[in-house]
This record gives sequence, C-alpha cells and structure tokens, in this order.
Amino acid sequence: MTDSLADTVAAVWRIESARLTAALARRTGGDLALAEDLASDTFAAALRQWPVDGVPRHPGSWLMATAHHRLVDHARRRTTGDRKHMIYAADQPEHHDPTEEVTDMLDDPVRDDELTLILMSCHPTLSRENQIALTLKVVAGLQTAEIARAFLVSETTAAQRIVRAKRRLATAGARFEMPGAADLPARLGVVLAVIYAIFNEGYASAAGEDWTRPELCHDALRLGRRVVALQPEHPEARGLVALMELQASRLPARHSADGSPVLLEDQDRRRWDRLLIRRGLEGLAQAGELGGGPYTLQAEIAACHARAADITATDWRRIAALYVVLRHLTPSPVLDLNHAVAVSRADGPAAGLKRLDALTEVSSMQRYPLFHAARGDMLERLGRLPEAAAAFHRAAELEANQALRAVFVRRAEQRNGDHRQSFDTM
Amino acid sequence: MRYLSVLFASQPDTSPSAELFQAIATLGQEAAAAGVMLDMGGLLPQTRTDVTVESEELSVLDGPFTETKELVSYVVYEVRSKEDVVEWTRRFMDIHRELWPGWTGTSQIVQVMPTGEPPA
Repeated sequence: MTDSLADTVAAVWRIESARLTAALARRTGGDLALAEDLASDTFAAALRQWPVDGVPRHPGSWLMATAHHRLVDHARRRTTGDRKHMIYAADQPEHHDPTEEVTDMLDDPVRDDELTLILMSCHPTLSRENQIALTLKVVAGLQTAEIARAFLVSETTAAQRIVRAKRRLATAGARFEMPGAADLPARLGVVLAVIYAIFNEGYASAAGEDWTRPELCHDALRLGRRVVALQPEHPEARGLVALMELQASRLPARHSADGSPVLLEDQDRRRWDRLLIRRGLEGLAQAGELGGGPYTLQAEIAACHARAADITATDWRRIAALYVVLRHLTPSPVLDLNHAVAVSRADGPAAGLKRLDALTEVSSMQRYPLFHAARGDMLERLGRLPEAAAAFHRAAELEANQALRAVFVRRAEQRNGDHRQSFDTM
Repeated sequence: MRYLSVLFASQPDTSPSAELFQAIATLGQEAAAAGVMLDMGGLLPQTRTDVTVESEELSVLDGPFTETKELVSYVVYEVRSKEDVVEWTRRFMDIHRELWPGWTGTSQIVQVMPTGEPPA
C-alpha cells in the first residue's frame, strides 16, 4: 500500500472514529471495550481493502456498514459459544461491498452517543494519563503510535494505557449512558480538565527536549470545539476553547529560530496568530454571555495579553484583578504566584516580591520552578543580583524541560540584568 | 497544519436545489464540530477586479471577465495532515456532483506557511 493511501485511511478515521465507536458502544449494550475492538478491526479492514478496491465514494458509510457486519458476526459467534474467535477472526479480506447496505445505524441520534463516548473516555475512575490516551484514541481517532509520539512514550506503553483504561471501565461497571442532570456538570468538568491537560502538554511540555509540541495543542483544540458543538450552551466549554485559542495564538512566537523558549515579554507579537486571536475573543464573549467560570476568567487574562501591543501596554491591573476573582473561585498557590507576577507589573517588583514571600512556606511552591524564576525576575528588577542568580539557579535545578532549563541557566549567569524576560505562566 | 481551500466553479443554468444547500450546511456543521474548520466565507459573484504587473507594466482591470470559472468560496482548515483536508474537501465537492448536475468546479488546496514552527 502506498503511504498516501494509509494516510487517507487515517484521515477518514479521524473524521469517523468518534461517531462510529459511539454507535458501536450503544449497539453492544454499552461495552466500550468491545466497541473499541470492533472499531479498530474496522479500521484494519479499511487498510486491507481500500488499496484493493479503491477508497469508497462514501467512506463513512462503508466503515459504519463494515462495523455493523463485525458486530453481527460477533453476536452470532457469541450465541454459538465460540467466544475465542469473535473479534479477531476476520483477518481474511472482505468481499462484500457494504456501502450499499448502510443500516439504520446512520440514522440514529448520534449526538448524545458522541457526548456519552467523550464522558466515558474521561471517566473519573480512570487516571489522567489513561483518560488522555483513551480520549485521543476513540474520540480524536488517533492511532496508538501517534499517541505514543505525542506523549514521548513507547507504543507499548500507549497501548497499555488504552487497555488499562478499558479494563478499568469494565471493572468499575461504568455504563455507556448519559449521566443524570445532577452529575453532568461535574463529569463535563473532568472532560474539560482532560482536554486542557492535553493542551498544556503541547504548550509547555513537562519534560523532554522540545519546549512546545503544537500539534498536541491543536488536537486539544479540536477536541474542545467538538465538546462546544455537542454542548453549545455550556459556558466553560466555550471558555476553555477561547483560552486555548488565545494561548495557542502565541505558539509561533514562543520559540526562537533555534527552538529555545521565548517567553511572553520578548515575543515578537507580529508572529501571533491573528485568526486564533479573533476566534478566541469571539468565543470569550460568548462564554461570558453564558455565565463564564474559571476557564473563561483565564481566557479573559489571555485576552488582555492578546489585545496589548507589548508588555508595557498590557493592562496588568485588570489581570491582577482577574486573578483575585479566579483565586476566589479556585484557590491555588499557582494562581497566587501568577497574581504576584501581575502585581509586580502593575505596582512594581517590590509589591510583587512581598506577595511571593508570603508563598515561600508553601512546599509545592518550593518545588515549582516558575516560582523561583518569577522571584529571580523580581529580585533582578530590584537590583538584588546575587539573590536573583540564586533563584534562577534553583529554577533551573527544578525544571524538567531541557529547553526551559537552559533559559533559567542563562538568566542565572546574566547578572548584569540588562536582558529581562518575564516568567508569567499564562 | 493549516490549509486554505479555495473553490473555483462554473454553474449550470439550473438553480441549485434545497437539498444541495442542506447537504452543504450539514457537512459544514460536521467540519465545525470536528474542530477542523477555522474560517470560511462565500465570495460575491461578478465583483472581481485584477491588479496585474506584467512586462514591467501595472494595470487595473475591472470585470466582467470571460473565464467560465469564478472564485466562489474559501475555507481555512486546521488539521493533522493534508489527507484530512483533502477528505473534507472531497466530501464537499462530491455533494455538488451528486446534487447539481452539470456543475463543474475545482477546489484548490494549499498549505498556509507556518509563521514560526519549531525547528524539526
């Protein structure tokens, strides 16, 4: 098979995977593990048959019909008690043309099924890394190898995460059904957290050599827009997408030509992605009209940066005020840190440092590289250069991302303080 | 990866059907729901003006033009691979083939230059 045809199958799969897996999950009586197996089997059948017969004119219908046949075969085998061969028996090439046999699967109301699928993939009983792996596999339609590459793990590890996730759902007795109205908000909250975790891994990679992995950010954005399409009245789904679009707009400016990180203050804002900014600001307005929430507030903060011509023209007072509201809704030391950074820009480094000092006793901050980097930055602006260097050294020691660590080392070594960068985490 | 897909088409004398509009709208919703469509727009017919430099001469030429194919619409996609945008565009074109006999058109798909991708 030519690579290009395999790529075409993979592209069709990304379009059809969620709808197909969701329909199968319902048809199997809520067995997501079986649905995912049947879906993978269907994908494999396309990889075998399309190079022989050509890409069908309606590939989505072909996949759905093929999956339906697999399901019928499976049910038949199960009733004859031959469980061993139920799923993987069909390695021989297909000879039927299922395109003409599209069943009522296509006419079913799929929107709820698709949302149910997303909620299942992000089931609270799963670990975050398993939620991420399962969501990228069944909702985004990525191949296991792509998930492995995106998260810098081996293909075996990525495959294991998906297997474990499916097994855990089964043992936890997770049912493929919409949660009740009382549970839905919390479950959607987990979905948004999973999507934002995917985004953040692409935006500021936790480890490894690369500072950003933009494709992962775009995977998260596509997932977020999917949730918005399914839940158009949910303010925070829109808020999160707006936040991610506004942050992603800075990706092109977030590294220099040699790949080293360029932080907010030094970014060439002409390289910010205007289309994403426009979409982000529109989405933010809609999220605000629907009632907003913590993601929407963070998007408001990102919007302050998006609107500013440069770091000094930024409305830091508004950013500091937004952090106060955000801290009230979702208290966390990281928000205290970001608030302190905003205060240092609005009222000067002494005021910011005072707030940072109040955080010194928080053990999570002691281990948080950006805390020390922000401290180093403020100390440097106050002319306390040896202390600044020590703070940057500490930040470098703690930072797992090699590219960012190099920036901290450089800052530690630059005691003259004439080359300033800010360390806002937003 | 970001792609621009621009449609050049010439319409038959028949009017487009309601089914065609419905199918286009449904596909557009699907692409938006898949999160791949960032922007789109239709272009007004008979509004084209050409500003040309040729043989070191600059000219401005208002329509109407004699070419049968007109620029009709554009879509901006953000997708994982070229094959994704080809598939979305193929579906869009196939709807026209099925629902508007006599219609001819070409969608030109080009990748938008990245402004600052990290070095590979």
